[in-house]
Amino acid sequence: MMSWTGTTRSINRADSALPLDLPLVAAVLMTLLLSLVVIYSAGGESTALLIRQSLRIAFALVLMLIFSRISPQTLMRWSPYIYGFGLVLLFIVLAFGFIGKGAQRWLDLGVFRFQPAEIMKLAVPMMVAWVMTRSNLPPRIPYLIVSICIVLLPTILVVLQPDLGTAILIASTGVIVIFLAGIGWKLIAGVCAILGAIAPLLWFFVLHPYQQRRILTLFDPWADPLGAGYHTIQSIIAIGSGGVSGKGWLGGTQSQLEFIPERSTDFIFAVYAEEFGLVGVLLLLCLYLFLVFRGLMIAFYARGTYSRLLAGALSVTFFLYVFVNIGMVSGILPVVGIPLPLISYGGTSMVTLMIGFGMLMSIHSDKRALSR
Amino acid sequence: MPGSKAVSLRTDETMIPVRNYLLESRIVHNRIVLTFGIVVFLSLLLVLRIGYLQITEHLRFYKLAQDNRVDLVPLPPVRGLIYDRNGVILAQNFRVYNLEILPDKVPDMDKLLDQLGRLVKLTDEDLERFRTLLRRRPSFERQTLRANLSEREASRLAVNLHRYSGAELKARLQRNYTQGDLTAHVVGYVGRISVDDLEQIDNKKYRGLEYIGRSGIEAFYESTLLGRSGYERVETNAHGKVIRSLEQIASDAGKTIHLSLDTPLQRKSVEALEGYEGSVVAIEPQTGDVLAFASVPGYDPNPFVNGISKKDYSVLRASEERPLLNRSLYGRYAPGSTIKGFMALVGMENGVNHDNSIFCGGYYRLPGYRHRYRDWKKSGHGTVDGHNAIVQSCDVYFYRLAKRLGIDLMHEGMSRFGFGKPSGIDLLGEPSGLMPSKKWKLEARGQPWYPGETIITGIGQGYMLVTPLQLAAATATLANRGKQVTPRFLTAIENPQSQTREDIPPRVTGFIETGNERAYDLVINAMHDVVHGKKGTARRINKNIRYEMAGKTGTAQVKSIAQNETYREKDTEKKFRDHSLFVGFAPLDNPKIAIAVVIEHAGSGSRTAAPIARKLIDYYLLDRLDMFPEQAETRKLVNNRADTRESG
Repeated sequence: MMSWTGTTRSINRADSALPLDLPLVAAVLMTLLLSLVVIYSAGGESTALLIRQSLRIAFALVLMLIFSRISPQTLMRWSPYIYGFGLVLLFIVLAFGFIGKGAQRWLDLGVFRFQPAEIMKLAVPMMVAWVMTRSNLPPRIPYLIVSICIVLLPTILVVLQPDLGTAILIASTGVIVIFLAGIGWKLIAGVCAILGAIAPLLWFFVLHPYQQRRILTLFDPWADPLGAGYHTIQSIIAIGSGGVSGKGWLGGTQSQLEFIPERSTDFIFAVYAEEFGLVGVLLLLCLYLFLVFRGLMIAFYARGTYSRLLAGALSVTFFLYVFVNIGMVSGILPVVGIPLPLISYGGTSMVTLMIGFGMLMSIHSDKRALSR
Repeated sequence: MPGSKAVSLRTDETMIPVRNYLLESRIVHNRIVLTFGIVVFLSLLLVLRIGYLQITEHLRFYKLAQDNRVDLVPLPPVRGLIYDRNGVILAQNFRVYNLEILPDKVPDMDKLLDQLGRLVKLTDEDLERFRTLLRRRPSFERQTLRANLSEREASRLAVNLHRYSGAELKARLQRNYTQGDLTAHVVGYVGRISVDDLEQIDNKKYRGLEYIGRSGIEAFYESTLLGRSGYERVETNAHGKVIRSLEQIASDAGKTIHLSLDTPLQRKSVEALEGYEGSVVAIEPQTGDVLAFASVPGYDPNPFVNGISKKDYSVLRASEERPLLNRSLYGRYAPGSTIKGFMALVGMENGVNHDNSIFCGGYYRLPGYRHRYRDWKKSGHGTVDGHNAIVQSCDVYFYRLAKRLGIDLMHEGMSRFGFGKPSGIDLLGEPSGLMPSKKWKLEARGQPWYPGETIITGIGQGYMLVTPLQLAAATATLANRGKQVTPRFLTAIENPQSQTREDIPPRVTGFIETGNERAYDLVINAMHDVVHGKKGTARRINKNIRYEMAGKTGTAQVKSIAQNETYREKDTEKKFRDHSLFVGFAPLDNPKIAIAVVIEHAGSGSRTAAPIARKLIDYYLLDRLDMFPEQAETRKLVNNRADTRESG
């Protein structure tokens, strides 16, 4: 890992015309390439699927480039407006949901649809980081209360959609910023205690029956093998049957014979693990870990509290996606609809992630600008 | 970084003291390092979990994945065929197309049924039956929605079915009984395996099978006809769709069964009984082969295969003629005088000399009793010995014989001829009939035996009950002069795959010694004179007879007649009229057929049953066996003409 630090230094001295962090870009591109390989297999060898995903990747790369040119100072200035804009969109979506009498997550803009909740994945850490720069660190109680409100408001709106998985992720990004800002351990302990106390209330009054079932299924998926436990069982079988070396690309029986549900989206990890085995899993985890490590390093070396907190939060959130998705597919976390970052088929989450990487790179180059 | 404690840096946004800036960066740096530690820890957790799944539990999951994609598709065996003694097929399988539904794979059953209803005709009854099945059977089991699709319907479905998940067109073999009601009481039928069956049968043996033998030969030889189920291992996807075949273990077809039944004689028997309710059982004495086993009226077994409708079934059940009752096997009748030959034999066994004559004055009285046991001939038969008593069917002679023997000796002797015992035929549920004894009455009725009951048992009345099969079997034993051969249907089993045939030898179970060398001669001669003698009760059937036969008529009283009453047939309700019986065998010196004819409420044995027996024996010996050819020429001409007329 020290060698990577060395590389960073060498890049620091490089030409700044391209504001990209090459190790980060390289790792992201490698992961995206891997994603195309897996999607081809998971999607039943469909080229159409591959082309669509490639277009999405191209689009997301462009967005990453654009955001890599926006300085952290600008981002900080925009933070309250982006956050406010996101809140308005969430309200609109919720209103449509009530009219349409059902879950409503999407906002259809004619040309493309997107989930306002995705904006919040970026807007919440930005906003909380912004609040944190208003005073000295570690944050004092009033700032903490404001931060918590900033986190809770969109979280509740997303829970109402209802989209518990995204809500938890949004809340987590905010909480990560607060944690990075150095909130005291006593406070952390206190919050944990309070959460422990309200957890039963959440269970009974907030969670939908299907969500409760998913969590219960976690403890014993075989209790309802054809119902709630089906997804988990089939993906666990897929992973386990892959063994150390895997069944080979396009050779996973669980995947190719359609036993894995959502095999190109949320459960794509099961396809990957079945076909590429433990070796492939370790390779992928290394890629992910490197991305996280690189992001945290950018945070470490970043200039200014805002940049540091935002870069740290983006990196940790990225890891959180990885952990929650693999945890759910391998049966140690409840099934929530969270895709595997950069690998799963679909554009929404990838665009958000790539914008995040763009921001990371911007923060990185900002630091370089300073060092010159 | 420049600055001192006193100087503050002014950024665009806020005033941050330099000292705080350093502190802040230290705080955040610490937290970032800590966070990375947590990230590494959680990653290790994931690695451990995946490692556990992919290394420790790999084999288990590997097997589960194999099982997941490998499905066992049963290959049901073809049920064995059933032939008669001439190679006429009685039970066969033919291909039908069924529309079947696998409920597990149907997302919306109502919608599917609605869509299928546009392709094939689905009656309300089909739908109701199907919905009942849906409720009762597990949802991973295929259920037939419509059986016996027409060619048009099948082809229409074949092109459209791929659009409907869970609906399948299956070619199945369905049982068919070529002779319909003619052989229903022998061959029986198969029916769909019911929920109750599932609890009793070995489900492994019946994998993929839908039918099970319900009655008759189909039930008795179920395990022979069944065959052995095979299976095919196929790779399927999660939707149960077969991708390819991995392995095939072929099924073994059920064995072909050859029956002793002579279908033409069976047909002749059924035709002869037309208009009556009754039974004909004909047995080849040497082998025990059952040649005819008619019970009239019969029923068509074919609708039972796929489940007869409730309405049709209740019609059959409610019918007064009781077509579902197998009279030959289950019908229990008072044998009447048909047992007199056997009674005479039992007498001789016990030292009775039938050369001694008695005087018959038309009735018999037990010493010290006033009750008159009447002879069928009011004026009496005068002086009769054993021979004449059988020929003329003198009741008084046998009243006296019964008195002399007593019920227990009669029970013992008659039991040896199979009365009161199942014959051991290869059909399920054969009743034993009833040969009464003192012990039986005490146990069954809790009453002592009365002497008068012995008297009437002597002429086959009272408690004694026999089945037509028992009568025929006993007659066959008589024809064999004591050699007992168990009546049977099964003569050979054939393996359709190896083409090997195993002939089943006749089962001789014993020999009835009478202790008197002349005993069988005496009885058989007397029974010969019943037909051929001047005073024989069945003398009317000896016209133009081309062979010698032995026989005995019987008229079984259904209702007891009071001492001051006289039985007049036309004044009696049909259900109280006498049963008409006849037993006999022919030819006399080398018996080829022993027969029992029982016709309900058809009057005296000599009037109805005896002529039918003669007709059937004629048909069997002259037409079927082609015996006495020198005399048969003219007969054949006549017969052929008759056949043409019938078929025309």
